[in-house]
Amino acid sequence: MNRRNVLKTGSGAALMGVLAAAGIIRPGLALADWNKAAFDAKSMADTLKALGAGSPADSKDVQVTGPDIAENGAVVPVGVSSTLPNVTMVAILIEKNPNALAASFVLPEGTEANVQTRVKMGQTSNVYALVKADGKFYMATKEIKVTLGGCGG
Amino acid sequence: MANPMKIRAANKDGVTEVKVLISHEMETGQRKDANGAIIPAWFITELSAKHGDKVVLQGEFGTAVSKNPYLAFKFKGGAKGEKVAVSWKDNKGDSRTDEATIA
Amino acid sequence: MNRRLLQTLVTAAFAAAVPLTAPAQDAKVADELAKYREALADGNPADLLEVRGEALWAEKRGPKNASLEQCDLGLGPGKLEGAYAALPKYFKDTGKVMDVESRLVHCMVTLQGFKAEDVTKNWYSKPGRESDIEALVTFIGARSNGMKIAVPATHPEEAKMAKMGEYIFYRRSGPQDFSCAICHGQEGKRIRLQELGNLTTKDGAGTAMKTWPSYRVSQGAVWTMQRRLIDCMRQARWPEPNYLADSIVALETFLQKNATGTVMETPGIKR
Repeated sequence: MNRRNVLKTGSGAALMGVLAAAGIIRPGLALADWNKAAFDAKSMADTLKALGAGSPADSKDVQVTGPDIAENGAVVPVGVSSTLPNVTMVAILIEKNPNALAASFVLPEGTEANVQTRVKMGQTSNVYALVKADGKFYMATKEIKVTLGGCGG
Repeated sequence: MANPMKIRAANKDGVTEVKVLISHEMETGQRKDANGAIIPAWFITELSAKHGDKVVLQGEFGTAVSKNPYLAFKFKGGAKGEKVAVSWKDNKGDSRTDEATIA
Repeated sequence: MNRRLLQTLVTAAFAAAVPLTAPAQDAKVADELAKYREALADGNPADLLEVRGEALWAEKRGPKNASLEQCDLGLGPGKLEGAYAALPKYFKDTGKVMDVESRLVHCMVTLQGFKAEDVTKNWYSKPGRESDIEALVTFIGARSNGMKIAVPATHPEEAKMAKMGEYIFYRRSGPQDFSCAICHGQEGKRIRLQELGNLTTKDGAGTAMKTWPSYRVSQGAVWTMQRRLIDCMRQARWPEPNYLADSIVALETFLQKNATGTVMETPGIKR
């Protein structure tokens, strides 16, 4: 079977099944187990605990990237970047959201500590970037204001 | 069946930058429909990106990731013409894999 | 809240405001909003819809099992490049001035054999309900990206529609005695933090028209110009016109005429 053709023409669950059967990907290995406890946690403290991060040290070598003001809370471009060596995990937390954790990423060796995404924010809030480097957790914060827009010309 | 992703991958000075757009509702489970009934949560939970056979990123999403998720990241290596594949699965068990050629 | 606490808060608020004068603060806010919009521009979810629209355009569908590839959007059958930028326009075969959406529906009816009421039932999407029209218009619009809007409205029927559109633009109506011009007829107006374009000038109309169809992040969907204008009417508390109503095509003709010469940047993305 030609893998590239499969990838081009196939899709969805059927494709995953084919790939799994062919031993190309193994479910549960290619896709890590979702950390329910961390995503269900409400407060920052509970989320950090569920992530095994304890109380991370503030670091100037970690940055939350994003605008100071978002025109709409439904789509707020945010990211995490860090200049620390050996970063293996990054996460984005939004203090005032119903569940603080928005997303987390495992970075294999060779992947840069710089991941950008877009998140929903219910209101103006501190946004935290959490980074695990050399087995230790570090954090940075930035307040992002969410405004009420007009009609959306 | 989920719609295709849009994946762009470009190599510059030995680093490949990958940008992914995923077609997904990312319903939070906290909204109500017109009749006042809760719209059930429906969101991508896990995601992974591979360059060839090597995993270059693994992600976990919560409901706070925006509708039609966007993701950008960079990894060392990758050459023009090689493939980057991205897979996701959601809390309803739907999943999808798409790939792009590195430019 | 006790008085002393209130006083402290008010003092603190003033103290925080002192370093920036009001215009400087406005400029900083504008800068940050520009940064926000820039961050969204790369990776527009409308691109996903454009891909779907492209496939729908070429797919054989409907009772006549035909694609839309022979649809004449004003530049000849199947000619898509720049077609959106030159609409609305007078069509001899229907004897009407048509915008992209009314012409598209005409093609779906005449070429594919669909019933108009069926294809327009889902003229806009809702979560869990896709709209073929939205996808097709996004695709057609993207084929005019980088091209100049060209609606001189020189044909007498087009001139008449532009005039009607102008009349509607200035007409005060509805329970609030509102007109389009109240918000969009002067320079330097804004609602909350959002600037309101002066649609009577080339610059103002151009800035508004060049980015549609546009992905609205607040809606999680691409909006077509029909949807934009019909929703403007709703927001002005006017009775909402029907989809593809002449009044909307007339407004579009007026606005595209004002915007003529502006380079299209579509699909756009905005709040």
